Amino acid sequence: MTIHQISVFLENRAGQLAEITGILSEHQVDLRALNIAETSDYGVLRLIVSDAQKASSVLLEHGFILTMTPVTAVAVPDRPGGLSELLRVLSEAQIDIEYMYSVFGQKNGLAYMIFRVADVQKLSAALSTSGLTAVSGEELGVH
Amino acid sequence: MERYFQPEIECASREQILAWQNERLLKQVKNVWDNVPYYRKKMQDKGLTPDDIKSVDDLHKLPFLTKDDLREAYPYGLLAKPLSDCVRIQSTSGTTGRRVVAFYTQHDIDLWEDCCARAIVAAGGTKDDVCHVSYGYGLFTGGPGLNGGSHKVGCLTLPMSSGNTDRQLQFMVDLGSTILCCTPSYAAYLAESIHERGLRDQIKLKAGIFGAEAWSEEMRRDIEQKLGIKAYDIYGLTETSGPGVAFECSEQTGMHINEDHFIAEIIDSDTGEVLPEGEKGELVFTSITKEAFPLLRYRTRDICVLTRKKCSCGRTFVKMCKPMGRSDDMLIVKGVNVFPSQIETVLLEQGYPANYQIIVDRVNNSDTLEVMVEMTPETFSDSLGKITEMEKNLVAALKAMLGIYAKVRLVAPKSITRSEGKAVRVIDKRKI
Repeated sequence: MTIHQISVFLENRAGQLAEITGILSEHQVDLRALNIAETSDYGVLRLIVSDAQKASSVLLEHGFILTMTPVTAVAVPDRPGGLSELLRVLSEAQIDIEYMYSVFGQKNGLAYMIFRVADVQKLSAALSTSGLTAVSGEELGVH
Repeated sequence: MERYFQPEIECASREQILAWQNERLLKQVKNVWDNVPYYRKKMQDKGLTPDDIKSVDDLHKLPFLTKDDLREAYPYGLLAKPLSDCVRIQSTSGTTGRRVVAFYTQHDIDLWEDCCARAIVAAGGTKDDVCHVSYGYGLFTGGPGLNGGSHKVGCLTLPMSSGNTDRQLQFMVDLGSTILCCTPSYAAYLAESIHERGLRDQIKLKAGIFGAEAWSEEMRRDIEQKLGIKAYDIYGLTETSGPGVAFECSEQTGMHINEDHFIAEIIDSDTGEVLPEGEKGELVFTSITKEAFPLLRYRTRDICVLTRKKCSCGRTFVKMCKPMGRSDDMLIVKGVNVFPSQIETVLLEQGYPANYQIIVDRVNNSDTLEVMVEMTPETFSDSLGKITEMEKNLVAALKAMLGIYAKVRLVAPKSITRSEGKAVRVIDKRKI
């Protein structure tokens, strides 16, 4: 089970992020998670939003370059060692994590992590053998 | 008092100079007609024979020669002497596909070194001077030219070549260099280093001969003040020999062209029409004494103005101003010729759109080249590693094409400035 992440090319220029969040706010798109990877000259903004289709079409209309990337959301218990246990499962299954970041807010004592991996099948298998599951879009308020 | 290397030539009457030019031009035209099929064909295409050229007044009838001719005739097509009579090759600092090779007989080298010697003496050089040559040695004409000129003057010559600033400064201090020959940007860099290390009191420099690069009057004053010297300009191009085609005298108001070896014309670069004295246009040279690689009406693409106003130094040779720009889109970055079309070729080969901008700047007296490229949906990737790798590949491909490092900056689509809908390809921020 994967959810859609929007990856946007960011030029290293003041005001770029504000422009994007401004556009999303104007179109009533809610942010669920956000992550930025950057070099000194440019960056990639990764977004999980309430409505990925709407967000991507309005950003494209404004001339941004973006791609949709499948990522996996996993719930972890919000307590010390919660993430550590999950990462050990992935490590034992020899799953390379390209990148990961966390989702804002918590529900029912759970935290959510977003993972980008090369092999999504392998990740789901590793999760289910450990009694864990990928989280659906609905649970995160994403559709 | 003004000193000259060859006073009888440098201060000859205008009549005498014209007489030399007439005689040598006719000889040269006959020489290329007889010995260079490429020239003969060019002349025939215009319906000319050597008999049509009776004096310098007929020079305008001859066809122009351009860099494209040099490329087409590469490497031996313009040779006027058997290779066995040639003793040297030099080459432009230019780039893949546009390299120019020039050939020299021993006689050509002698005359070239005379020209450089004139420049050194005009800058106050004598046999008692220590001449510190920090132009590059090798295929580049800067080092070998000034080195030879320095020998002719009888200076103690330090063939330093460029780079290794520590050693440059050590020799300058220990061996008492009095004349510095290098590019103006390297002179400014050395001046800065001398200043920083507090060596000003330990150096004996009195003059500098700086060329191969555009530089401003402000830069001249800055170098002069920092080093406590007089800084002289020198002009030349590999195609016609190298440095020493023209050089500055004590008046420092332009460079005297060595008219016993070169005939200069200023033309309208669009129509090819010869312009009267004092008008701004493209500089064209005819080398009338070169044996191995004579060029007739070679278009330099440098824009400048000629003046025959009497010079206080006593020389009678016509003076050219500092080149004020180019009639083509060539950029000179770090002394290397860069054409925007080369950058465009690389971008297209690497799968980028031909939507780019070239930004040239000068930071700490050194040129920088930056290429801005618009990101496209096809080239964009979620992985920063992939983008970085693309960028690295592009930098490597540009280096291979241009011979110098260009910084690559990936920018958002449509962020490259357009004026009146047309993209501005080159922004030169250097204040020259």
